[in-house]
Amino acid sequence: MSDTPPSSSTRYPAGGLAFPHKDLTGISDLPPWQILYLLDEAEQWVALNRQPTKHVDALAGLTIINAFFENSTRTLLSFEIAGKRLGADVVNMHAAQSSVKKGETLIDTATTLNAMRADAIVIRHASSGAVRLIADKVDCPVLNAGDGRHEHPTQALLDALTMRQWMRSRGSEEFTGLKVAICGDILHSRVARSNVLLLTALGADVRVCAPPALMPVAIEQMRVSAFTNFDEAIDGVDVVMMLRLQNERMSGPFIPSAREYRHLYGLTQTRLKRAAPHALVMHPGPMNRGVEIDSDVADHVERSAITTQVEMGVAIRMACLDVLTRRARGVDGWEPLNGEMTS
Amino acid sequence: MRPIAPLTITGGKLLTGSGEPAAGAIRCEGDLITAVGDVAAQDGDRKVDAKGKIVMPGIIDLGVFEIDKPAFHFGGVTRAALMPDQPPPLDYPARVRFAASYGKPDFWVHPIAAATRGLEGSELPELGLMKDAGAKAVSSGRKWIADSGVMLRVLQYAAMLGLPFISHAEDAGIAGGAVATDGETATRLGLASAPAQAEALAVMRDVTLAEMAGAHLHIRQVTTAAALDIVRKAKDRGVRVTCGVTPAHFMLSDIAVNGFLTFARLSPPLRAESDRQAVLAALSDGTIDVVASGHDPRGAEDKRLPFADAAPGMAGAETLLPLTLQLVRDGVIDMTRMTQLLCVNPAKILGVPAGRLEAGLEADIAIVDPDRPWIVDSDRMEAQAGNTPFDKQPVQGRALGLYKGGMDVKV
Repeated sequence: MSDTPPSSSTRYPAGGLAFPHKDLTGISDLPPWQILYLLDEAEQWVALNRQPTKHVDALAGLTIINAFFENSTRTLLSFEIAGKRLGADVVNMHAAQSSVKKGETLIDTATTLNAMRADAIVIRHASSGAVRLIADKVDCPVLNAGDGRHEHPTQALLDALTMRQWMRSRGSEEFTGLKVAICGDILHSRVARSNVLLLTALGADVRVCAPPALMPVAIEQMRVSAFTNFDEAIDGVDVVMMLRLQNERMSGPFIPSAREYRHLYGLTQTRLKRAAPHALVMHPGPMNRGVEIDSDVADHVERSAITTQVEMGVAIRMACLDVLTRRARGVDGWEPLNGEMTS
Repeated sequence: MRPIAPLTITGGKLLTGSGEPAAGAIRCEGDLITAVGDVAAQDGDRKVDAKGKIVMPGIIDLGVFEIDKPAFHFGGVTRAALMPDQPPPLDYPARVRFAASYGKPDFWVHPIAAATRGLEGSELPELGLMKDAGAKAVSSGRKWIADSGVMLRVLQYAAMLGLPFISHAEDAGIAGGAVATDGETATRLGLASAPAQAEALAVMRDVTLAEMAGAHLHIRQVTTAAALDIVRKAKDRGVRVTCGVTPAHFMLSDIAVNGFLTFARLSPPLRAESDRQAVLAALSDGTIDVVASGHDPRGAEDKRLPFADAAPGMAGAETLLPLTLQLVRDGVIDMTRMTQLLCVNPAKILGVPAGRLEAGLEADIAIVDPDRPWIVDSDRMEAQAGNTPFDKQPVQGRALGLYKGGMDVKV
């Protein structure tokens, strides 16, 4: 692959020092170079995934449990494919089928999964902080696939990888100064929080845009500028990231109607003209076409990166699963973590 | 009951509840104090030498959620007003009567009657009968009576009975399902949060209604600058309003929940640092009348959960005294005012003959070493559960001896 960057071995500390964490619970735990390390690690999997045979045996014999306490289709599928392409045995646990419905506590569920000797657990949960709580109770690596409105680190990583691929096609790899507008329901969005943390850590100029009722208080403290006017927010930006308007919150005091939301905050072709002429359009999915994003924008071949995001998602999750299981697999240089290094 | 010999405590520094600490002795006969000051032990008395330590009234803890005797005794507490948020709520006279007798003889519980049936905010319970059963106050518990009309009628009824109304100052319409105060911490952690003004709005409404009804309003916890200003102004106007706070809100700000620490999940939630400073100022200038523990021991099944799913509350009985003494060491208040906050004012609000060292009052007495250092350890507490946000924190001050109605409960 001609566009593959220099081998990561020359840019990062040797062996396990490159990623001294047991778990991946949030971007907030990662300094910029560890974010870049994960992005670089993902490049090889982007390449693999474009081959006819998309399989390695790196994680053969390992059991990965996807414990999803909240419904998900695409993230679950993405993690499942990532695990299987690395050769692991992947088991999915849906909340609907679990003892959670019978009143078992989260900690008990976690210790049960631990006792089954999972080699990695991927967790999605509706409560902020739930993944950290489990990670502290189990021995194996835990990956956060979204906890409440707190963090969704693999989404932010895949978004960054998507942006970097796009920037590279334009002759740069530099996040510094990249203007990104994140628009939609910022208040309830873990995607927004992880993206804000990641992009600001890498030096991007991040704007968030939402109606006042969906804007978190003191968001400026996270080194972003906040807008309630969508047209001002996307003025001249390089990347427009739209968030899903959560239909379950559409009625009531947050938003009067989908129609009015589109009028004020929908990404239309006309609005997109306010962004930079080359601007990239992103959306973590699933989309509400005709609400936060119009179909002709979402399906725009040159501008929309929405399907690339999905593709990068598998690669990022492969990278995270690979990196986090290296200690258990005894990969050369990846010594067990001592207490101080554990995240 | 077997009569006990009179008790004389000598060699202590007396904090009677009025005036500066002064050397003196105190003598009790039966369950009452009979003499304070320059008194000597008589033959046959139980004689106790306080060895220069502080001798003060037993603490009256205004607003607790559990009758947890070992924890209260450890903390120098001899009486507590029990919140109506019990399973089931204190909304029937029989439940109140049971609660009132529960701790006797070595610990007295003053039940607070539920202001509405089931604390649901609509129907009036039998407040008069509950008063006769031992209720010393009326309260909406940790809830907010959303209907101002209901609130006004409850206040009028409480005023007629001469019972104070103890309110929880959070406008539930704004607070909703929030578990934190709006701010950077809540935003970073992704916790549902509400503006601190939810408290000021609630205080403003309740003060207005109490003034209309001529009721005595006690706001159990006032934790924000805006709400404290409203209380201050109401007091200046002569409204019968008093308020309290727990040590968590003068020791900690919202950054204490970082890491999703459920022991710091409180109701109302921890506030911004500027509000904490306002609480300190209000303790100093006399706006705040009471410091209480809000004692609410919660085990792992309530606390070892994701932050938003965990129950609010902290085990505070053991740390109430040392953390209030910290205010004295920091120069925020003096010893005399500390006694008012912990003993005198709670007794006055509840209308019970205690809270001072004075002849004729109940012989509820604590001997306190204000400097004795110890470390709070949530694994080794007297309380039913160790849910304290002050875990592993070094503190100073401990009750060395405790007497309830002249009876030794702790030596």
